[in-house]
Amino acid sequence: MITTLKQPTLRGYYGEFGGAFVPEMLFNNVEELRTNYLEIINSDSFKTEFDALLRDYVGRPTPLFEARRLSAKYGARIFLKREDLCHTGAHKINNTVGQIILAQRLGKTRIIAETGAGQHGVATATVCALVGLPCVVYMGAVDIARQAPNVARMRLLGAEVRPVHSGSKTLKDATNEAIRDWIANPVDTHYIIGSVVGPHPYPDLVARLQSVISEEIRTQLLAVTGSELPDCVVACVGGGSNAAGAFYHFLDEPTVRLVAVEAAGLGVHSGHSAATSVLGTPGVIHGSRTLLMQDRDGQITEPYSLSAGLDYPGIGPLHAYLGAVGRSEFVAATDAQALRAVGECARLEGIIPALETAHALAVLGDLNFKKTDVVVVNLSGRGDKDLDTYLKNMEGLEE
Amino acid sequence: MNRLQAVFQPQKKVLNMYFTAGYPALADTLPIARALVAAGADILEIGMPFSDPLADGPVIQGSSTAALANGMNLRVLFEQLRDLRQHLPTTPVLLMGYLNPVMQFGFEEFCRAAAEVGVDGLILPDLPLAEYQEFYADVFARHRLRPVFLVTPQTSEARIRQLDELSESFLYLVSGPGTTGGTAPTDTSSQTAYFERIAAMNLRNPRLIGFGIGTGSALARAWQHADGAIVGSALIQALATAKDAPAAAADFVRELRHSAEIPAV
Ligand SMILES: Cc1ncc(COP(=O)(O)O)c(C=O)c1O
Repeated sequence: MITTLKQPTLRGYYGEFGGAFVPEMLFNNVEELRTNYLEIINSDSFKTEFDALLRDYVGRPTPLFEARRLSAKYGARIFLKREDLCHTGAHKINNTVGQIILAQRLGKTRIIAETGAGQHGVATATVCALVGLPCVVYMGAVDIARQAPNVARMRLLGAEVRPVHSGSKTLKDATNEAIRDWIANPVDTHYIIGSVVGPHPYPDLVARLQSVISEEIRTQLLAVTGSELPDCVVACVGGGSNAAGAFYHFLDEPTVRLVAVEAAGLGVHSGHSAATSVLGTPGVIHGSRTLLMQDRDGQITEPYSLSAGLDYPGIGPLHAYLGAVGRSEFVAATDAQALRAVGECARLEGIIPALETAHALAVLGDLNFKKTDVVVVNLSGRGDKDLDTYLKNMEGLEE
Repeated sequence: MNRLQAVFQPQKKVLNMYFTAGYPALADTLPIARALVAAGADILEIGMPFSDPLADGPVIQGSSTAALANGMNLRVLFEQLRDLRQHLPTTPVLLMGYLNPVMQFGFEEFCRAAAEVGVDGLILPDLPLAEYQEFYADVFARHRLRPVFLVTPQTSEARIRQLDELSESFLYLVSGPGTTGGTAPTDTSSQTAYFERIAAMNLRNPRLIGFGIGTGSALARAWQHADGAIVGSALIQALATAKDAPAAAADFVRELRHSAEIPAV
């Protein structure tokens, strides 16, 4: 058998991580998805519809841009994979386009989603508008306050945004509430999860739908550098969907270094952090066995990051596995480092990245590149939604 | 005959009361358990609080958060239950909770501690059946703990038969779609059809209906269609404002039983 790091087992395990730890109330929903997703997304008709929407609606392929001034600064050939140029401003829509087609083929008539930064909520509201399905998005009350433009966009797109007031009022709690909605609406509703988290088959489903990112990188790099393989791919990790998409077609290419960047918040050991790979231990969150931040009693603890999209106490099981077997390396960037990277990318390249994305840019100086190294940074999203935060932190954006 | 088998007698309709350990005050667990039994509860289901209880509605989420803030954890709970069997020698007692705290405690350790204080069975809704069979059934059996499995309106007949085969306690019939603490539907016809469908399967195990049973009339309906009912959120609500929580728990059970036993007009 050919070994591959991509493919979970039949029950959804990547090594010891993954699985589907759902109560009986969700068994049928998850089982329906598990038994159908591969056949549907591998069918020719799905691929035709998905590829056409990615091209004509999302605007793919997204450019692979050689960032010359960042390259000069960091002493490597740095390319930016411009997911920020996707329709709605982030990679999230690759997944929602795929899942809305899947939902229709499963005969679902109502869509729910959770969102942190609001990018996944916007991307879900967008595809629901496109196909005319009702959409409910759960969003933590704290995130509603810090990502106001995206809340307005979702409402304009016809989605109902339901504020979540439990727990830390952020992404984890929004996910709990979306799962509870699915329990209450088991027949007609499809839950579009926004990252490579949740019970099997979601991590694999979302990774496959996002894998278009690395598929394009290979083709684009070949044209520019003469090789499909970079030396290094860097991506930020909240749940891990943009990183999974950017890593996917390089997972079985051992020469490609894969760097996953987590949010250190005020500092990894400050008590205000979302650096799950360092602070987490194995446990079960949102239906999946993975690394998560918890106390010694197994209660899930509140993460912290200035960026709403990285403010999550777990990581997808694929990433927990890649880290455990040494295939990827985890590093972390603080709020302050990310803000500095926002300013730097804006001034050097004329691109204002999302705060989540800026975490990936923030570590470029720490990775000991050689001059000849070809490095791809997944520019997962644009910063429009974060302008308010940036304006409040103008000094932090300076060098 | 074990306590769980003994409680189910022909013609008898049982009342299983759920409450959250360490709520409303940390030390209330055993006093509430005793008060519930004295007032007529046949089975106790003690909730082990978790920060992210996915299958629970706002009431039990709230009691869980409060219990954690009070300092409840599994070590404290087992300590509180040390004299359980001195006070309640015959009442079946189940622990209900989510997998993660149990895993962190250590699954085998947890089962040993539960068995030591005299717990009869476990309800772990997010422990998948396939995982249970492969990894945990032996551990349960080693400590003579019985699993309780949930059945929903969506559970297939084949799966219900499989769960029935694996159970030696009762099947937990979730009354309808939704988390704990909902209310009975206004149109009960499809719910009745579901209860009757399961009743007609002639299962080995008794059936208890839970979720959204909070009034005498809902309890009476559950008793009509099954061997018993499970009541939780309504009790927790009654405890929220109580000055004397054990007394309020007893009053709640007495009133509930009383109003369920009055023939419907
Ligand atoms: C632009 C952007 N990048 C990254 C993320 C983090 O998610 P993931 O790790 O799934 O890519 C988000 C989430 O909201 C986002 O909006």
